[in-house]
Amino acid sequence: MIKGLFDGKRWSALFAAFPEYYIPGFLMTLKISLVGLAVALVLGVIFGMFSSSKWKLLKIISRIYVEFIQNTPLALQVMCYYSVLPMLFSSSGFRIPKFVLGVIGVGVYHGAYISEVIRTGIEAVPKGQSEAAASQGFSYLETMYHIILPQTIKIIMPPLANQALNLVKNTSILAMVAGMDLMYFTDSWGADRGYFAQAYFTSAVMYFIICFPLARLARYLEIRSMRLPVAKKLDIQADEEAV
Amino acid sequence: MIELFQQIFTPANVLFMLKGLQMTVMIAVLATILSIFFGTILALIRTYSSGKWKWAGTLVAVYTEFFRCTPNLLWILWIYFTVKGNKVGVSVFAITLFTSAVMAEIFRGGLNSIPKGQFEGAQSQGFSFLQTLWYIVLPQTYKKVIPALLSQVITIIKDTSFLKMVDVAEFMRNCAVVLGSIYDVRGMLLLFAFEAICYFTICFALSCVVRGYQKTIVTG
Repeated sequence: MIKGLFDGKRWSALFAAFPEYYIPGFLMTLKISLVGLAVALVLGVIFGMFSSSKWKLLKIISRIYVEFIQNTPLALQVMCYYSVLPMLFSSSGFRIPKFVLGVIGVGVYHGAYISEVIRTGIEAVPKGQSEAAASQGFSYLETMYHIILPQTIKIIMPPLANQALNLVKNTSILAMVAGMDLMYFTDSWGADRGYFAQAYFTSAVMYFIICFPLARLARYLEIRSMRLPVAKKLDIQADEEAV
Repeated sequence: MIELFQQIFTPANVLFMLKGLQMTVMIAVLATILSIFFGTILALIRTYSSGKWKWAGTLVAVYTEFFRCTPNLLWILWIYFTVKGNKVGVSVFAITLFTSAVMAEIFRGGLNSIPKGQFEGAQSQGFSFLQTLWYIVLPQTYKKVIPALLSQVITIIKDTSFLKMVDVAEFMRNCAVVLGSIYDVRGMLLLFAFEAICYFTICFALSCVVRGYQKTIVTG
């Protein structure tokens, strides 16, 4: 597994190939991750709201989406998009750009997970709080802004950071369809030269560079969400003087 | 449509694909058992290493963090190209490698939720440290982590589909072989639907078990 990992000649070969293989791959992975995360967030928020809405039909649609996507492998979904989507659009040699394929694949897959995260976040705040707020004269928006959202965000932020981390990891699936991402270039360079230890080690470090800050962020958010809320100090004195 | 169906799902094809499914399940089961074993050991080391054994806990922390932050596919490819041996064994090893890190995190969460008083109570009754772990702490931990553990089993089953890339004869790869002989969009969709239904049946059944179990925990 680490045979020849400390071979200087192999490392210099890797550094020579670095700008040509690893940099474009790394950038592609970053781009797919960012746009994919945006797509996943949009889908997640939409379907998360669907599943907590009053209409039964929307609930059912959201349930089907979540269950179906969560219980089938991402590899299968990407393969399906890869071979079926181009043929649906035209019979001629039209090919979907790999970037779009990656964004759709990762976005739809993690959208299902994020939708579950958002649903649990909304359900976690008891209904009594909205009623209590209404009884105290809060409007709907005020209730949301001052009472519900601060609690919901605290609950959903740690799992969201985790999902972002998994999303970056899952972009590697594009290597299966020659997606020009980091994993693909690693695979092709490694197989080209046979310097597998160098190729995969470098790639692992590059993924680690993206993912580790996300993992730290998730941990930090988790610790922060466990802290009890502190009441804000109100500036009542000034108000009384004004009256 | 029916003709197409008969053309794809010939007895030979179906048997071939189901053999792949059998392989998928076998790899998943082996990887689950092994990663529960190693995950438990890693979690115990990380939670209870102290004094001059502190470095062992740090080492486990580095291991889990590193595997959590690198793609699973990378490990499968790396291991496959560099470790010699039986293909299936190598893939089980690769999956175990990164799943153990996740399992360790799951078990650590379970271990941390066991109150310290249980250790003191066991000690007062004359239990040794290992006896306390075996008879008192671990049974409670396992019971607590069952939902998270089953969710991870679902992930393992989904992860076995990565093995298509290294040509292990599992479900995805066998279906891809059949797919190679189809040139019709409807045929492809049929085959993908078949694949999706097979994965869905297994994974959804497991997730139903998870949900049922969680409900019994909540209602007591």
